[in-house]
Amino acid sequence: MDELNNLFQGFAVALTLPNIGFMLIGIFLGVLIGVLPGLGGANGVAILLPLTFGMSPTSAIIMLSCIYWGALFGGAITSILFNIPGEPWSVATTFDGYPMAQKGKAAHALTAAFTSSFVGAFVAVLMVTFLAPLVAKFALNFGPPEFFAVQLLTFASFIGMSKEPPIKTMLAMMLGFALAAVGLDSVTGTLRMTYGQESLLKGFDFLIAVIGLFGIGEILLTMEEGLAFKGQKGRISLKDVLETWKELPKYWATSLRACLIGCWMGVTPGGATPASFMSYGTAKRISKHPENFGKGAIEGVIAPETAAHAAGTSALLPMLTLGIPGSPTAAVLLGGLLIWGLQPGPLLFTEQKDFVWGLIASMYLGNIVGLIVVLTTVPWWAAILRIPFSIIAPVIVVICAVGAYTVHNSMLDVVLMLVFGLMGYAFKKLKYPLAPLVLALVLGDMAETSFRQSMLISKGSLEIFVSTPLAGSITGLALIMLLWPAFGLLKKLNRG
Amino acid sequence: MKSGNHLQMRWMELLVAACFLGVSLLVITDSIRVGKAWGSDGPEPGYFPFYIGCLLFGGAAWIILQTLRAWKQDDGKEVFAEKHEWNLMMLMLIPSAVFVAAIFVLGIYLASLTFVAAFMVWQGKYSYVKSISVGAGISAVLFALFEVWFKLPLPKGFIETWLGY
Repeated sequence: MDELNNLFQGFAVALTLPNIGFMLIGIFLGVLIGVLPGLGGANGVAILLPLTFGMSPTSAIIMLSCIYWGALFGGAITSILFNIPGEPWSVATTFDGYPMAQKGKAAHALTAAFTSSFVGAFVAVLMVTFLAPLVAKFALNFGPPEFFAVQLLTFASFIGMSKEPPIKTMLAMMLGFALAAVGLDSVTGTLRMTYGQESLLKGFDFLIAVIGLFGIGEILLTMEEGLAFKGQKGRISLKDVLETWKELPKYWATSLRACLIGCWMGVTPGGATPASFMSYGTAKRISKHPENFGKGAIEGVIAPETAAHAAGTSALLPMLTLGIPGSPTAAVLLGGLLIWGLQPGPLLFTEQKDFVWGLIASMYLGNIVGLIVVLTTVPWWAAILRIPFSIIAPVIVVICAVGAYTVHNSMLDVVLMLVFGLMGYAFKKLKYPLAPLVLALVLGDMAETSFRQSMLISKGSLEIFVSTPLAGSITGLALIMLLWPAFGLLKKLNRG
Repeated sequence: MKSGNHLQMRWMELLVAACFLGVSLLVITDSIRVGKAWGSDGPEPGYFPFYIGCLLFGGAAWIILQTLRAWKQDDGKEVFAEKHEWNLMMLMLIPSAVFVAAIFVLGIYLASLTFVAAFMVWQGKYSYVKSISVGAGISAVLFALFEVWFKLPLPKGFIETWLGY
C-alpha cells in the first residue's frame, strides 16, 4: 500500500494553509472562467500561467488544477440556467438541464449536475491514485520507439475518434506540428522556417495559440450569435439538495456507465466533450424511458456531467505518467510543468514525489471544496451572467491581451493572439477541431525528438516501431485507430 | 463570394484550404532547404517537417477537390455566416484589432480604459460616466494585480511615463 502512504504524504503537502488558500482562489477563478463566455478551462489556465512563474511548482499546480475543476463545475451553471453552454463539455447538459430549469426544477438540476460532477471526478481520482504509479513504473522501460508509438496512438485516436471529418482533424494536427517546428531545431541547432524573421527564432508559443483560438475565437462566435441572456432563477436551498440526493442513488447504473465512459475517454485523448455526448447518448439508448430525454430527465443531466468530469480528471493520468496530455487544458498544465522546470513523464513519480502526490491529494480536496462552493454560491454566479455582453466582451478581450502579453512580454504575441482568434472562429465554423492543433503544438518537439532518436537507433528503418512486442502492439493499435474512419467508409460502400 | 444575404460555405472552405496549401508549401520548401534526407549523423533537420508538409499539402488538396466536386450541387446554399452575423462578428473583431494597435501607442492601461468605455457606449448605449468608470475600474484592477502585486510590467505609454512609472 505504497500509494496510500504517498497519498497521505500528499495530503500533508496540500493541507498547508497557503495551499488551501490557492485551492480556494483556484476554484473561485475556475467557476468564474467556466461561467463567462470566451474564457474556458484551457485559455483561463493559459492566461493565469504567467502569474505562477514565481510560485513553488506544487502550489502553482494546485491552484491551476483547481481552476480546471472550477471551470468544469461552472460550465453546468450556464447550461442549466441560461441554456448557454459555458464550456463545450456542458453542451450535452443543456439538453435536459434547461428544460428542468424551465419547469422550475433548476435547483434539482443544478444539485444533480454538481453532485454527478463530483462523483465522476472522485471515481477518476481514485483511478489516477492507484493506476498512475503502475503506468509510470511500466513506462520507465519505454525507449524512444515506445514513446513515439504512444504519441502516434494519441494522434491516431484523435483522427479515429473525432466527430469532425478525419481529413480536417489531420490538417489541424499537422498545422500544429508545423507551427511547433518553427524556430531553433533542438537537435542540430538549425533555424527552421523562420524565413529570416528574428522574432520567429523562439517559435510559436502554444499558450498564445490557446488564448487566441479558444478565447478570442469564442468571443467572436458568441458575438455573432447576438446573445441575449435570458436566464432562469437559480437558488438552491438545503431542502432541494437533500431531495435530489435522495433521488440520485436510483440512477447508480447511469452514473457508473458515465464514469467508465469518462475515464476511458479521458485516458485515451478523447477529452471531456466527446465523453459527455457519448455518455448522454448511451444513457438515452439504455434508458427505459428514452422519450423523456430532452424534456427534462434528470438522467440526462447526470450522464453527461459525470462523464465530463471523469474525463477531465483522468486526462491528467497520461499527462503525469507519460507526458502526454489527454485534453487541451491538460496540455496547458503540461506546458506549465515544463516552464517550472519539471520534466513530465514516468520519472516524475520517483523524483518529484511531493509534487505528484500533492497534486493528487489536491484533486480530492479541490473537488470537495468545489462541490461546497458551487452549491452555496450559485445565485452569485447567475448574477454575473446577467452582466450584459457589451461589458463582458471587451473586458474578456482585454484579459486575453494581458494574458498573451505576459507569456513572453512581447507585443508580437498579442498580435498573434488576434490572428489565432480569427483562425479559431473560421476553424470552428468549418469544423476543423482545435484540440488536435493545440496538442500537436505542445507535443510536436517531443514527438519529433523521439522519432529522430528512434531513427538514429534503427539507422533510418521504420521497422523499429514494430521491433519489440510493446512498441509493436502500441503502433498496431495506433494504425487501427488511424484507419477507423476508412472502415466506416468501406461499410457504407458495402451497403451500397 | 457573398451572394445575397449570406457568406457561402464553399468559398470559405476554399479560402481556408488554400491557406493550408500555402503553409504546406512554406514548410516543404524550407525543409528541402535545411535538408530532408539522411545526413552523416542521422536525420537532417528537415526530415520530420518535410513529411508534415506533404500531409498538409495532400489534405488541403483533398479538401479543395471535394469542395469543387460538390460545387454545382451545393450551389452556394450552405451558409458560413448570415450577413448580419458576419457584421456582428466584425463589430467585435475590428475594435479588438484597433485596441491591440492602440496598446503600442497608449500602453495597455489607457488602451483598455478607452476600449472598454468606447465599446460600452457604442454597443451597450451606456452613459459616458458609467462607461468610463467601468473602463477605469478594469485598468485599475489590472494595475494593482500586475504592476503592484505580481510585479509583472505591462506595456506602458506616455501617460505612465509622465506620471513617473
